[in-house]
Amino acid sequence: MLVEEIMKTEVITLPPTATIKQALFLLNKHKIRHIPIINEHHQVIGIVSDRDVRDASPSIFETDDSNPAELEHEIQTIMSHPVVTIHPLDFVEEIARIFYDKEIACLPVVREKNRLVGIVTEKDMLYTMIQLTGTHVQSSHIEIKVPDRPGILPAVTAIFGKRRTNIVSVLVYPYKGDADYKVLVIRIQTMNPLPVIQDLREAGYALLYPNNTVGLNQ
Amino acid sequence: MTCTAKYIFSEDLLHYHFHKDHPFDQKRVLLTTELLQYAGLLNDSDIVPPRKATDEEIKLFHDHAYVEAVKRASKQSLPEQEAVEFGLGTEDTPIFPDMHHASAFLVGGTLTAVDEVLSGRAKHVSNLGGGLHHGFKRKASGFCIYNDGAIAIRYIREKYNLRVLYVDTDAHHGDGVQWAFYDDPNVCTFSIHETGRYLFPGTGNVNERGIKKGHGYSFNLPVDAFTEDESFLCVFTTALKEIAAFFKPDIIVSQNGADAHCYDPLSHLCCTMTIYETIPQLTHQLAHQYCNGKWIALGGGGYDMWRVAPRAWAQVWNVMHLGLPASGPLPEKWISKWKEKSPVALPTHWEDDPSIVPYIPRKEEISEKNDISLRQLLKYTTLNTPADK
Repeated sequence: MLVEEIMKTEVITLPPTATIKQALFLLNKHKIRHIPIINEHHQVIGIVSDRDVRDASPSIFETDDSNPAELEHEIQTIMSHPVVTIHPLDFVEEIARIFYDKEIACLPVVREKNRLVGIVTEKDMLYTMIQLTGTHVQSSHIEIKVPDRPGILPAVTAIFGKRRTNIVSVLVYPYKGDADYKVLVIRIQTMNPLPVIQDLREAGYALLYPNNTVGLNQ
Repeated sequence: MTCTAKYIFSEDLLHYHFHKDHPFDQKRVLLTTELLQYAGLLNDSDIVPPRKATDEEIKLFHDHAYVEAVKRASKQSLPEQEAVEFGLGTEDTPIFPDMHHASAFLVGGTLTAVDEVLSGRAKHVSNLGGGLHHGFKRKASGFCIYNDGAIAIRYIREKYNLRVLYVDTDAHHGDGVQWAFYDDPNVCTFSIHETGRYLFPGTGNVNERGIKKGHGYSFNLPVDAFTEDESFLCVFTTALKEIAAFFKPDIIVSQNGADAHCYDPLSHLCCTMTIYETIPQLTHQLAHQYCNGKWIALGGGGYDMWRVAPRAWAQVWNVMHLGLPASGPLPEKWISKWKEKSPVALPTHWEDDPSIVPYIPRKEEISEKNDISLRQLLKYTTLNTPADK
């Protein structure tokens, strides 16, 4: 999946000369946590987070000044730069890695000469993960322990195909404790997974919890 | 305590039939009815035949385009591509001749039940052929074409303006009804079900609480796979009492799916007939406490059609009618009539022998997890009374 498929293209931005007060106002108004700072050519030159802005604001314990001077400082005095950015044609999987490694939660999307075209946040990323797992549509869920060798996935999915059972998503996990095995997590669009479960059993596949309990449903 | 109760039934409820290998079989309703008749617990004067719901009534919940699609599918004139868009012609909800007609009678049965209760002719009415809770606005799913529960609740809201508590004890999440009233503070939905981690439809997390004005009026209690009677009843009774006290409904609509039983092939729960004796008794008690008795009970899932659904549903009627579930041996006539047809040995008593439940090694853990879900469920209800034991 590409970044351009999940990025938001309407981005709230500020020029470097805007005040911290303006940033605070925008963060609250739009319920956002990051504001890219752009110059007159729409190029990303910095970024501020809600935490940067809060750190630069006076403490809530000093309440005597209703309009303190700190809030009038220019945003460029507190913005982070250079900015980690991504391209619309980057892979979503890669940017998950960037979020994790850099411990950040927002990535501006830029094209030629750092021109801002969109934004991807940690929340957008999580939403995409939900779509990838298939948990957002009605399904039954089956876990199968399989040997880690070529050809196993088509062999297993052929069983679903034969029953005309539509697969919503397939995930492959490492099997804990034995590197020679993998766990296939298959979500299928049916309320009656029984025929498929029976076929899998008969074909000799090891079904995992809760379909591995003997004595039930006799 | 004897209450005026009515039982919706006629042959018209039996035509909702996909094909002979499909797990959803309305013969369950016939088996239930005969079980009660042969036991002398259901008289002809108790029975009210269902009417056929009008298109207008079905469209209280469903889209016009969907109803038209079901009608075309009934005449085998819906192209496959279009059918799939509406969830029709799938493995779960295959197309069958006259499916609109058959489905409209299930809906009509539930509407007849509503009319009987709200005209004051009866306090409690059951339509065990209804309870098709997976039906969506414009999509069939999970064996359900028209969502009679959702339609009936709309009907109650529009015609009588009562506040409705919907209680769904099917092993699967009552998603169709929940989403139908997700933003409505006048309809409170409560579903207890096996966690959606493995089981269809996958939703019904405790965090699904409703949106906008309806926030706080959707309750979901997912219980772990292999939950047994004791834990199921403990969390269910506490939750339902608290929810009823919080919402103070004018009328209760219950969906009495019978698939949480350890014999059921489609779920992983491990309950026995004990829960199907207790669930209707609690619903009955709360209907009198808050609703002047107004209670409509529907059927639902239940895929052990010989050993579980007939007894479980018959107990719903017994509680409605006599205030108590039946006990002791089942009528010999019922057993001898059906034993040849049943692929499994028929039960001989209303109660189950506790030994039918397999040994569950993680019982403690499962109960603990269910208790935590219960506490999360009730976290935001304004009441903070200690749980009734």
